[in-house]
Amino acid sequence: MIPAPVRYARASDVAHALELLAEPESKVVAGGQSLIPVMRLRIARPSLVVDISRLELRGVEIRGDELHLGPLTSWDELLEAAELRCPGLAAIGECAHGIGDLQVRNRGTVGGSLAHADPASDMPAVLLALGATLKLRSPKGDRVIPLAEFVLGPFTTALHAQELIADVVVPLPAPGSGSAYVSVEHPASGFALAGAAALAGPDGALRVAVTGITTQPFLLGDDPEEALEAAEIFGDRFAPVDYRRELAAVVVRRACESAVARAKGGS
Amino acid sequence: MLETLELVVNGEPRSLDVEPRTLLVHALRDGLGLTGAHIGCDTSQCGACTVLIDNRAVKSCAVLALQAEGAAITTIESLAAHGEMHPIQRSFIENHGLQCGFCTPGLILAAADLLSRDPEPTDEAIRHAIRGNLCRCTGYQPIVESIRAAGAALREEASR
Repeated sequence: MIPAPVRYARASDVAHALELLAEPESKVVAGGQSLIPVMRLRIARPSLVVDISRLELRGVEIRGDELHLGPLTSWDELLEAAELRCPGLAAIGECAHGIGDLQVRNRGTVGGSLAHADPASDMPAVLLALGATLKLRSPKGDRVIPLAEFVLGPFTTALHAQELIADVVVPLPAPGSGSAYVSVEHPASGFALAGAAALAGPDGALRVAVTGITTQPFLLGDDPEEALEAAEIFGDRFAPVDYRRELAAVVVRRACESAVARAKGGS
Repeated sequence: MLETLELVVNGEPRSLDVEPRTLLVHALRDGLGLTGAHIGCDTSQCGACTVLIDNRAVKSCAVLALQAEGAAITTIESLAAHGEMHPIQRSFIENHGLQCGFCTPGLILAAADLLSRDPEPTDEAIRHAIRGNLCRCTGYQPIVESIRAAGAALREEASR
């Protein structure tokens, strides 16, 4: 289908974008790989789309002990980024490689994925395991929020209507760390039936996050097995609850093994 | 409520009036008569509408036409030059990479993106790159072979 009638405005800078977003039924579009398909299905019917794709919120940069991912950075740009080719950050490229397809990776953005908050999206699990925080910008100024507090539920985030993700900040893992992302995908949609990201520290400490199995990606805490047992896992005709729980345990184990191997091997 | 869109399509500056909701694929097909970008699904899954935006493969049904303002668009119509088929097109014919042909423009442009960055891709890399393009005739193996052979042809052309 063709999207319902809509107006279009291209933001010239962040302040302009925020001004445009004052319109109640407005919606931000960047790469459009999540929004345009749901507009075509008329699940989303914004009155105005605010195109932020030309704003300068793009790029991968290491500053001090932090990695900064511009929210408009595409999956493909993440794949190409030399800054991410270290064992501690390896999960980011590994995850980006498997997202969607070539066309989606060329246009889809990390910020768009976070703001869309699909319960089965891959990268939020990686960024949770890496301990990412988001810098959000509104007309009232900036605020910083841990990613774990940003995602509130399926397709629901803490982002206010007149607010943009301005930066995705990842503390650089200590030297000797390793990270990994492992998922089992639905063969047609490509979305994760279960996905797990792990960060292994130089001391062997693990931080693990999962996606695709509940209403939102989440951190497993100190006892991953117990956390998976306690999780209210979502089942459907492709992956009933018990199967998904089993699958989650498998991808968690594989992600941990791979992260630990990278931490040890330094590759 | 029409807005004027300016873009460069197959090397030529073009201007057309579109509604803000118009998808790029409709602007190309209905506005500019470039019907090589096919519409095979309603859910941005099939990849038949793939075109290149600034040399990168994109599903033109998942982009608002106005988002492409000023961009350089390449469609299947521009691949053949001076009456000669592009090596990727030739390779698809020689290796039986198509039957009905509906998915072919999208596959060829996805292959063009892949081969522009990876001139000698492994079969795994080829399969990964065409994941977003559905073909219901060939079973994909001849397509993989077509792209592999096209890579070889392009490398030979470049070395000449």
